[in-house]
Order: sequence, then structure tokens, then C-alpha cells
Amino acid sequence: MSALAVYAGLGWRRWSAYRTAAAAGAFTNTVFGLIKAAITMGAIGAAGGMLAGYDALTGATYAWLAQALIGPVNVFTWSELAERIRSGDIAIDLARPIDPQAGYLAADLGRAAFQLVPRAAPPLVVGALVTGLALPAELLPYLLGLVSVTLAVVVSFACRWLVNLAAFWLLDLRGVMTLYLVASNLLCGLVVPVHWFPPWLATVAAWTPFPAMLQHPIDIIMGRAAGPEALVLLGEQVAWAIGLLVVGRAVFEIGARKVVVQGG
Amino acid sequence: MTEPIISATGLGRDFVIRTGRGLRRRRSITRAVADLDFTIEAGAAVGYIGANGAGKSTTIKMLTGILVPTAGRVHTCGLDPHRHRRELARRIGVVFGQRSQLWWDLPLAESYRALAAIHRLGPDTLRTRRGTLVERLDLGEFLETPVRQLSLGQRIRGEIAAALLHSPELLILDEPTIGLDVLSKERLRQFLLEERAAGDTTLLLTTHDMDDVQRLTDRIIVVDHGRMAYDGTLPGLVERVGADRVIVVDLEETTAPLADVAGTRLLGVEADGLRQRLAFTPGSTTAAAVLAHVSARAEVRDLTIEEPDIEDVVRRLYASGT
Repeated sequence: MSALAVYAGLGWRRWSAYRTAAAAGAFTNTVFGLIKAAITMGAIGAAGGMLAGYDALTGATYAWLAQALIGPVNVFTWSELAERIRSGDIAIDLARPIDPQAGYLAADLGRAAFQLVPRAAPPLVVGALVTGLALPAELLPYLLGLVSVTLAVVVSFACRWLVNLAAFWLLDLRGVMTLYLVASNLLCGLVVPVHWFPPWLATVAAWTPFPAMLQHPIDIIMGRAAGPEALVLLGEQVAWAIGLLVVGRAVFEIGARKVVVQGG
Repeated sequence: MTEPIISATGLGRDFVIRTGRGLRRRRSITRAVADLDFTIEAGAAVGYIGANGAGKSTTIKMLTGILVPTAGRVHTCGLDPHRHRRELARRIGVVFGQRSQLWWDLPLAESYRALAAIHRLGPDTLRTRRGTLVERLDLGEFLETPVRQLSLGQRIRGEIAAALLHSPELLILDEPTIGLDVLSKERLRQFLLEERAAGDTTLLLTTHDMDDVQRLTDRIIVVDHGRMAYDGTLPGLVERVGADRVIVVDLEETTAPLADVAGTRLLGVEADGLRQRLAFTPGSTTAAAVLAHVSARAEVRDLTIEEPDIEDVVRRLYASGT
């Protein structure tokens, strides 16, 4: 088996080792789903029953899908790499005959694959029971949605990778991490759909990779973007994924050179 | 004549240290390693010794390609370590005593599966090699235990197996026995001796432990402030610095201090002379002669001989200013 496939397997097993954590995460996502669905439906009601193409049911569905994807896509922060850079354990990664970025990406995809069902199913089941879900009846949106979620994981990983690399230059990443958390959560569509943004904020969001992490996969799964529109969104995700990975690679090389050539 | 597995010529590494801020910012240069020249032949077992901060870890990082030298050249397995780091990583095994290359949350066995994939070992090779290591390092009991739950001794054994899984030509151990109890140390040494006897693995070991050096290596290199202080055998070093052995005698009755035993120095007297410690330099007298001398004065109930410890030998070497 190739080393990357084994890394993906390790990612899966590392996360499946903490089942209680997965259950706690799913519980939290579900509770917040109830609150968000209620607020979303209230906002749509106040706007006269329709807001930027969402009625009460599709609005609630949006909220539940966003809660379902939080875990697998990991729109929050991750600091494993930064900790390894700070502690010097990055030397172990450098001394392995495998590309570090590819290895960590494979492990993150394994993590996402594990979290897909345990973290996404509970909010969706509760959503179906409490508010009902407006989901397409045909298969294609789900297949495209799976591709889109996978790309969303890659985009999210590439962003988190870059944020972590700041540890090569900064001693304390809390500021950077908090800024990233606020920006990503707002602009990815976790709080409200990007389609509700005022034009200026929508423009800002469009210039960031964040909608590609959550808004795009949800639009594809709900069938809001179908056919050519779905392909445009997927293309956008691919472009962000490749662009950010390439930049992340270059920055890692510069950081590693700082450690290796300048000596940390 | 085969090519040496490690060759260093004029090897040096400076670090730039920046202190202060803004206009007060200063740059100073610390020389971690300077002018090291040595070669290590394939199959050798070399102890690399020095006080903390002497440049041991810096040298090892340069040998493995995770630090670029600022002066001189180094070749490991015939490769430039920095430029061919990944290729080199397939041919050497490294254990950094303070760092782990195992996956913390997963059972030990999973780490070996991953390492086998990284090193492209076939399933048969993995099974045989893993079987051998598990048996000889006695890993069987905790192979399915998550690494974070292992004791230090178990983890270090696991680390060494991880470094040896791909049968490297060169094994580099950076303080492998640090923090281990006497029994664990002994088992580890026994294993390393067998491993060396079984194959042609070259061993480079940094340690603070005299017994490690004595048991495992046939040559030692001592560094002091980044420079070569000694390169040769351990007895040669002891002879050169004249390290003392200490004879401790427990006597039947209180005895006046044995200050005038020929060829010895009285180090200490305890319990009104019931226990006395005498230092002597091998060569100037013998333990037997000292014992005979002491027995003439008082009845000896028990005695022990303390060998010079590596710290002491190195300290003397440093002090001798060579």
C-alpha cells in the first residue's frame, strides 16, 4: 500500500480512537443546530417568508447542513503542525522519506472520512425530525456534493497548513489563529449564508477561499447550484485547493530552510 | 578499501543569535561546531561524547541533513545529507532520545505499519523484520498499546525498533539510554550488541553514560565547545588523562585516616574511619597493592572499586586544555 494511503488510514484511526470526543462534538453541533435553525427561520419569517432564495424550510436545511459539515471540513482551528514546529519535532518530519505536506493532507483526509458520518449524521437526523429538511430527491447532487466536500476538506487543510506555518516566524500564534477563526467562520457561511451578505461583504468573501469550504458544498448538495453552476463552484474549489497547496508548499520550504539553513 | 560511511572535513556550524529590539538589536555569532575532521568506517561503533552544549546534537543534525553546515563538508552514506535528505532517510535510522517518531495516539504496531509503507517494505519483509525486532526487544506485550500509554523504557525500545525496521546501514542514537533504569539500560545494550554482531550496521551513539561507551563502542570521539578534543579508544583516553579509580574500603574497626598509602590519595573518611575512600591512578599502583597496604593496618570487611565516570574523564580532558 502506498505511504499516503497508510497516512490516510492513520488519520482515520487516530480520530476514531477518541469516540467520546466525536460524540461530544456531534452533540454540540446538534444543539447549536437547533438554535441556528430557529434564528434562520425567524430571520426569513421577518423578511416576509423568503430571503435571498431561502424559504423557512431551505433556510433551516442550510443551517443543519452547515452544522453537519463543521466536523469533517474542520472550519475551526488546528495547531498540530505549529506545535511540532515550536517543539522542534518538525525535525522528525523532515527526516522522513515522505513529503510532509502530502503526508499531513492524507492524514487530514483520513480524519475527515472518519468524521463524516459520526459528526454529520446526528445534526441531520435531529434536523429532519425537528424542522424537516429540503433535500433533492435525485442522486447526482449527493455525488457532486461528496466531491465538493472532499475539495472543501483540502481547501480547509491548505488554509490551516498556512496558518500553522506562521509558527516558523512567530512564537505565539493565538492572535493569528483567532483572526483566522473569526474570518473563516463568518466568510465561509457558517453564521449566515454568503448569499445574505450585503454586496460589499459578498465581494470580500468571494476574494477569499472560505466560501469554498462550506457555502459551495452546501449549495451543491441542496441543488441550489446544479448543472453548469455546480461545475463552476467545483472548479473554483479546485483552483483554491491547488493554489493554496502550492503557496503552502513554498512557504513550508522557506520555513524549513530557516530551520535547516539558519538553524531555527 | 570501501568508502567511509561518514566523512566530515572541516565541518562547522555557526548560529546567529539576535538579542534586543529595534536600534538596540545586536547580532552575535555562536560557534556550535568548528573544524571537525573525522571519518567513520562501515561497521564501526563510535561513541560521540561531550558535555551539554558541546555540539553533539548539532553534529548529528548535520550528519542527517536537517541542518546545513556553515563550514566544511560532510558526507553520510556517500551522500550530501542536506541535498539528499529523503534518499538518506531511507538508508539510516535515527533515534533522538528526546523526540518520538511514533504516532502518539495509536498502538505501536500502527507506527510500524506506517513506517514500513514510508520505507516501501514489502509485507513479507515487514513481517520477518518486525518479528525479529519484537522478539529481541521484547515488544510483544505492548504492541497493541497506544504509544502515549507506554512507559519510557517501553517507548525507547519501540523507538529503536522503529529506527531499525528498514535495516539501515547506519544507526544514529542520540542519548538513547537517558532516563532509563539500570535494568532497561542493560537490556537495551544487550540488544544493540546482538544487533551489531548479527549484521554490519554502523553505530554512532551520543551518551553521558560511561557503561554505554564501554560496552557498546570501540572508538570514542570527544568534543569540547564544538571542537574535537579526542579521537581514539576509551582506555587510551583514560590513560591520557590519567583518570583515577577509587577504592572504597569498609573496615572492621575505627581506623585513623589512611593518608599515606603509596600511590593513592585519600578522598574521604566516614563514620570515624570505618569507611575510607582512596583514589589511585592505574599504572602507578594496583588495586591489589592498595588492598595489601590497607590490610596491614586494619581488617577489611568489604571493598568496592569505582571506575572513573565519563563526565570525570571528559572534565579532566577539558581541563588538560588539549
